[in-house]
Amino acid sequence: MRLTMQVEKRFGPFTLKAGFAVNEERLGIFGISGSGKSTLVGMLAGLQEPDRGEIILDGECLFSSVQKINLRPEQRRIAMVFQQHTLFPHLSVKNNLLYGFNRCPPKQRTIRMETLVATLGLEGLLHRGVTNLSGGEKQRVALGRAILANPRLLLMDEPLSALDDSLRFQIIPYLRSVSEHFGIPYIFISHSVVEMRLMTDRVLVFEKGKVMEQSTSEQLARHRMGCSQAGYINLLQLHHMTRRNGMCSYRWAGGELLLSASNSGTESGLFELSSKDIILFKKHPEAISARNLLECSVIGLFESGSKLGVELQCGGGVLVAEIVPEAATELGIGVGSVVHAACKASAFRRLASADQKT
Amino acid sequence: MLPLSPTDYDAILLSLQVAAAATLLSLPLGIAAAYLITFVKFRGKVMLEVLVNLPLTLPPVVVGYFLLLLLGKQGWLGSLLNDAGIRIIFTLKAAVIASAVVGFPLLVRSIRVGMEGIDPQLINASRTLGAGRQDTLLTVILPLSVPGLVAGSSLMFARSLGEFGATVIVAGNIPGVTQTIPLAIYEYAASPTSEKMALSLCLVSVLISAGVLFLHESMAKKMARRR
Repeated sequence: MRLTMQVEKRFGPFTLKAGFAVNEERLGIFGISGSGKSTLVGMLAGLQEPDRGEIILDGECLFSSVQKINLRPEQRRIAMVFQQHTLFPHLSVKNNLLYGFNRCPPKQRTIRMETLVATLGLEGLLHRGVTNLSGGEKQRVALGRAILANPRLLLMDEPLSALDDSLRFQIIPYLRSVSEHFGIPYIFISHSVVEMRLMTDRVLVFEKGKVMEQSTSEQLARHRMGCSQAGYINLLQLHHMTRRNGMCSYRWAGGELLLSASNSGTESGLFELSSKDIILFKKHPEAISARNLLECSVIGLFESGSKLGVELQCGGGVLVAEIVPEAATELGIGVGSVVHAACKASAFRRLASADQKT
Repeated sequence: MLPLSPTDYDAILLSLQVAAAATLLSLPLGIAAAYLITFVKFRGKVMLEVLVNLPLTLPPVVVGYFLLLLLGKQGWLGSLLNDAGIRIIFTLKAAVIASAVVGFPLLVRSIRVGMEGIDPQLINASRTLGAGRQDTLLTVILPLSVPGLVAGSSLMFARSLGEFGATVIVAGNIPGVTQTIPLAIYEYAASPTSEKMALSLCLVSVLISAGVLFLHESMAKKMARRR
C-alpha cells in the first residue's frame, strides 16, 4: 500500500494538519485520544471531507481540493472496523458478513465466505442474530464483514478498545490474519504501545493533529520507555507449562522461567514482563528471593528520557531492562558485558493464551 | 349493543377510509422530510422544520381556510385542477388532504425520532462496505426506522380520525360523502334529541383511538429499548 496524505481540516480552535507518505502493509497510527487519529482515517475512508489537501492511494487520487476530486466512501474500497462493532442489528450474522461482499464487483471478489468463516472461527454463528453474541464474537464478525468486502485497504480504528483486557489479546491473531491470510494491507489505530508492536511494523505518531514522528513500533516502545509508567513491555512467548513446587515452569527461547501458580490454567501463551521488573547484577548473587535469574550479555544500550535501556541476550531470547545511568556506571555495563538478570515469578502477566477461545 | 344508524356506519367507515388514505399518502413524504432533516445538511433546513411543524400549532380551521384558498375553484391549484375536470372541494379527496396536512407533523416527528436513534457509525459502516446513499437508506436506515414508521403512522391515523376543523371547511359535512365521525357527532350535538346517538358515536371514537394508541405505545417502547 502506497499512501500519500496531505490534508488540513479545522474544527473550531483545533486544526488537523497532516502530511506523510508511506509504503507499508501494516501501518500503525499512534496517539492519545483527541489527537485527531480518527478524523484522519475518517478522511481517508471518505466519511469526512478535508478542507484542503490531497489523498493518493496506490497511485489513485481519492481526494484533491485542487482538482476537485472527492470519491464517495463506496467508491474507495476502503473498509473499516470501528471501536464499537457496528453490526447491523436487523440482519443475521451471515447477512452482516455478506453485506459488503454483495456490493463488491464480482471481478474483485477474491476472498470467499467459506475461507473467511473457517479462518475467523465463525462456523457456529452464521444463523444467529447479532444482538446476543459476546463482545469478542461481535468484533470478529465485524472484522469478517470488512474482509469479505474485499477491500484494497482495511482501517482498524481502535478495534480492541471496547473489549476487556483478556479478550483483547485473543482477538489480535484474527486481526493480524487480515494481512497474513488475506493479503489485505491495513492501518491500525491505537493508543496502546503493546498493540502497536503486535499489529504493525511502522508507526506514525500523531499529536495535536500533526504527525510528529515516523518510526518502527519497536523504536516507539523504546522511545516511550522513559516516560511510561509501565516501562518497556517485554513480550514473551512461553510454552510447555509444567507445575513445580507450587509454581509454574515455562519454556522460553532464553531458558526456563518460573511463574506464579495463578498461571497454571495456561499451557502456552503470550506474557508481558516490564523492563522495570528486571534487576541486573554484575556478579552472580549467591541467594536471592526472585525466582528467575538469567545470565545474559548486553547487546545494546539506548537512552530514553532519564532512563537507560539495556538490551540483553539470554540464550535465544532478548529482554530489555531499564536502569538509571548512574547504575550503568557503577556496574560498568557496556555492550558485550555479562550480567545476571533477576525477575520475580509474580512479575509476569498473561496477555493471551493459545488454548483459550473467545 | 350501541344504537347506530346507517349514516353512523357510513361515518365510521368514511373516517377509517380517510385516516388510512391520509396516512398512506403521507408516508413517502414523511420519510423524505424526516430523512432530509435528520441526515442531510442544507441551507434553509430550519425553514423546512418550521413548515413541517406549522400545522401542529396552527388552529386546524386556519389550515382548512388556506386549503380552501389553494384548492377552491378560484384557487391557484384548484383552478388548474378544475380545468382538468378534477374537483377537490367538498369531496372525500378534500377530507383526505385536510387530514394529511394536519397529521403530517406528528408523522415526521416520530419517524425523525426513530432515525435520530440510529447509530451514525452504522451508516458509516454501510458506506465503507460499498453501499451508496440510496442503498444505505433502503437497507439500513429504513429497516431500523420501522418502529418509528409504525409509531408515526399510528399516531397520524389516530389524529386523522379526530380531524374536524380543517375538514369541515374544505370537505363540508355531507352525510355519506364527507361526514366523518367528528362531523356526525357535531351534527348530533346540535340537535337536542340526539344525545344518545352522539354518545354512542363518541364511544366508537374512543374505542378506535384507544386501540391505535395501544399500538403506538408498544412501538415507542420498542424504540426506546433499542436505544
